[in-house]
Amino acid sequence: MKRFIGFVKKEFYHIFRDRRSLFILFGMPIAQIMLFGFAITNEINNVDIAVLDHSKDATTQEIINKISASKYFSIQQFIERETDIESVFKKGKVKAVLNFEKEFSKKLIKENTATIQIITDATDPNTANTISNFVNSILRNYQQELNKDIKITYQIVPQTRMIYNPELKSVFMFVPGVMTIILMLVSAMMTSISITREKEMGTMEILLVSPLKPFQVIIGKVVPYIFLSVINAIVIIVLSVFVLKMPVQGSLILLGLESVLFIINALSLGILISTISKTQQTAMMISLMGLMLPVIILSGFIFPISSMPLPLQVISNIIPAKWFIIILKGIMLKGVGISFIWKETLILVAMTLFFMGLSVKKYKIRLE
Amino acid sequence: MSTENVIEAKNLTKKFGDFTAVNKITFNVKQGEIFGFLGANGAGKTTAIKMLIGISSPTSGDANVAGFDIYKNAEYIKKNIGYMSQKFALYDDLTVKENITFYGGIYGLSRKRIKEKRCQLVEELGLQEVTNELVSSLPLGWKQKLAFSVTLLHDPKIIFLDEPTGGVDPITRRQFWEMIYKTANKGTTVFVTTHYMDEAEYCDRVSIMVNGKIEALNTPKELKEQYKVDSMNDVFLKLARG
Amino acid sequence: MSILIKHISKSFKDIIALKDVSFEVNKGELFGLIGPDGAGKTTLFRILTTLLIADKGKATIANFDAIADYKKIRNSVGYMPGKFSLYPDLTVEENLEFFATIFGTTIEENYNLIEDIYIQIEPFKKRRAGKLSGGMKQKLALCCALIHKPKVLFLDEPTTGVDPVSRKEFWEMLKRLQKKDITILVSTPYMDEAALCDRIALIQYGEILEIDSPQNIVKHFPKKLYNVSANKMYELIESLKNYEHQYSVYPFGEFVHYTDQRDHFNPKELQQYLETNNLKNITIETTNPTIEDTFMELAK
Repeated sequence: MKRFIGFVKKEFYHIFRDRRSLFILFGMPIAQIMLFGFAITNEINNVDIAVLDHSKDATTQEIINKISASKYFSIQQFIERETDIESVFKKGKVKAVLNFEKEFSKKLIKENTATIQIITDATDPNTANTISNFVNSILRNYQQELNKDIKITYQIVPQTRMIYNPELKSVFMFVPGVMTIILMLVSAMMTSISITREKEMGTMEILLVSPLKPFQVIIGKVVPYIFLSVINAIVIIVLSVFVLKMPVQGSLILLGLESVLFIINALSLGILISTISKTQQTAMMISLMGLMLPVIILSGFIFPISSMPLPLQVISNIIPAKWFIIILKGIMLKGVGISFIWKETLILVAMTLFFMGLSVKKYKIRLE
Repeated sequence: MSTENVIEAKNLTKKFGDFTAVNKITFNVKQGEIFGFLGANGAGKTTAIKMLIGISSPTSGDANVAGFDIYKNAEYIKKNIGYMSQKFALYDDLTVKENITFYGGIYGLSRKRIKEKRCQLVEELGLQEVTNELVSSLPLGWKQKLAFSVTLLHDPKIIFLDEPTGGVDPITRRQFWEMIYKTANKGTTVFVTTHYMDEAEYCDRVSIMVNGKIEALNTPKELKEQYKVDSMNDVFLKLARG
Repeated sequence: MSILIKHISKSFKDIIALKDVSFEVNKGELFGLIGPDGAGKTTLFRILTTLLIADKGKATIANFDAIADYKKIRNSVGYMPGKFSLYPDLTVEENLEFFATIFGTTIEENYNLIEDIYIQIEPFKKRRAGKLSGGMKQKLALCCALIHKPKVLFLDEPTTGVDPVSRKEFWEMLKRLQKKDITILVSTPYMDEAALCDRIALIQYGEILEIDSPQNIVKHFPKKLYNVSANKMYELIESLKNYEHQYSVYPFGEFVHYTDQRDHFNPKELQQYLETNNLKNITIETTNPTIEDTFMELAK
């Protein structure tokens, strides 16, 4: 036991003396949360639009009022002719043009249908997409109000994506993703680097020739990073709650336990990486390419899994991050308890045990 | 050996803050001479050499290398010297041929000239069989001889060798020194830095640096007589222990 | 017998690192493994410290089998790998303390063993190991390898990259350790260090060339050796190499070491030959072969 404590103590010396890594370790979560919270966002604010109203009747006026009253859009100008549409876009003054067809009210009442054309500047496809989503949602609200009065049913297409995020705040969608990435990176990359560093410096040879047992070396390497990652997780949650005003609906204890589970999962992955790489550089490359990219692309963090081609959907199942993000969203956004996420939790537990078993088996008591 | 000096250093000094790494060193090296530049780790050897090859500016003092002033014409110095270190010399993942072409290229040799030089060099070293092999597959001794020849590609006036034969087997080491003698005999000055004293025994003259100063400068034979010992190692021990 | 090596062979893919190596090291002996880089020294050390398994052959260290009893060996040997394996971000004291704890001991317990080495680096005990000079790193690494009072000490090229003063001090330390009943196996590429060992094994391309005491090993040199010098080194070497009766010609510091093919060789003849080649100040004297001469002769 004394040997083990001595080993852990040494690991902490390494961590606290490497100022640069420490700075990245704790600076990264803060920077990431801020970046995703404020800079990279699917939200729109006060987007300049133009309106081409061929009807100029009560209904179009009402819709225009609704739109200009929302904080998302500000109506820059009214144009009169179709030919003006292109010129306002070319001048770059507006991001979208709303084009109401002739006799809008009349058609709506008589035929139960009227058309608005939403023309967006697709050079920025993301914003264009978001704008049209937002206009659609405002229109739907308006339709719902209308329906109440005249009792005519309209087909309303529900968008499940927005159910738990009624304010359309994309940052709430990002927090679980960012947290997953950071925990994965810190835990897996840092442990794999710290083990391969010993190989590179030659100190691993001495550790091997010492009476330390393999599991003591592995656990000794892991303990400090569990500690660091837990601190990181706390920092991320505190930041999201207090700075980004994100509510945590579910149990904090459950959130904590699930995070620890995921951290251990990532750490065992890190150890596994270190057993197959000889240098710090390889360990870092494998961590970045082998862990970061799948986490970003396949975990459903940025691209919805349901819209991926089938083979990728299948592959996404072996990414631990996917399950952790589901768990996080469940607890943080939906406020569900363990009864709703036990399946995902079990999958993570199984994966962790598998990685751990594999890395203890692969850990060599000799050199190659 | 001619009487013309190719390196003239006068009161060359380099300070880093309060620390004087090189303290007023003065020495001359003649054309075609094999000059040993000795000193323990941290004695100031590396700093002194960086100044001589024009990549570090002295705090004070003057030096003239290959006919060029180290303050004004550092770029010309670089064109007229070669540098070979034990640690870095050739690219392991390039073939013998590619390495030669690459080094010829950096020194601006024409394609024709590189080809001529390459054929000549490959023949001299007996590398015909392995010109298209990766350098990593060659034995250490061959690599070192090849590295040395590559350093000479652009016909430099002076070559700087940093611990050239550390760890090499005794026979290869002798072949290496024969190459050095041959090069010096053709008029190229060979400047060897090392802290292995047995390498020092081969030099025409050696200087020994201790704490930033040159404490001794003479032929190995006379130094041994002066300190009444049998080997350069013992000369060094006497000097360094004070 | 402290170390017993019997017919050890080891290959990595198609490279043969060790070829049927056998020797033994007595208890309390300072045994040198002398050979250039790539001779197989490190591979042999790794087999003996249980880090590698030999393809063929058997080794016992302190009467423990290198494969079956690897855990016991790991408890009773000290190992200093080629690169001084220290933690550069830990201080001198922390490094030593760490290695003491992982071997289940304390600095105090075995301080007497390392005292005269540690005392030299103690003034810097708060300094990070990465900021030490080569010589000091080497001393610290030795302290770390000794802290658990090993029975056998393996030192793989401990003097590479270290200046002559530190090298000399290091060998003096080894001599003192030997008196404390520690068996030491040390490797080095420097032939001049060989003379300081009790016995040496010359190794090249994975094969042992000769094993004997440094005094006896030079007796294996089969020829009479001459020191030749003249005014021009390069011409001297060329002339000697072109001499029809030459057996070996090796530059050796300010001299050339020369041996002749003939049993009855008259130096006067050689002198005349050299004079006809326009060499001046010629001296030809007999000299005693060194370990390096012997090595070259055996490796030829």
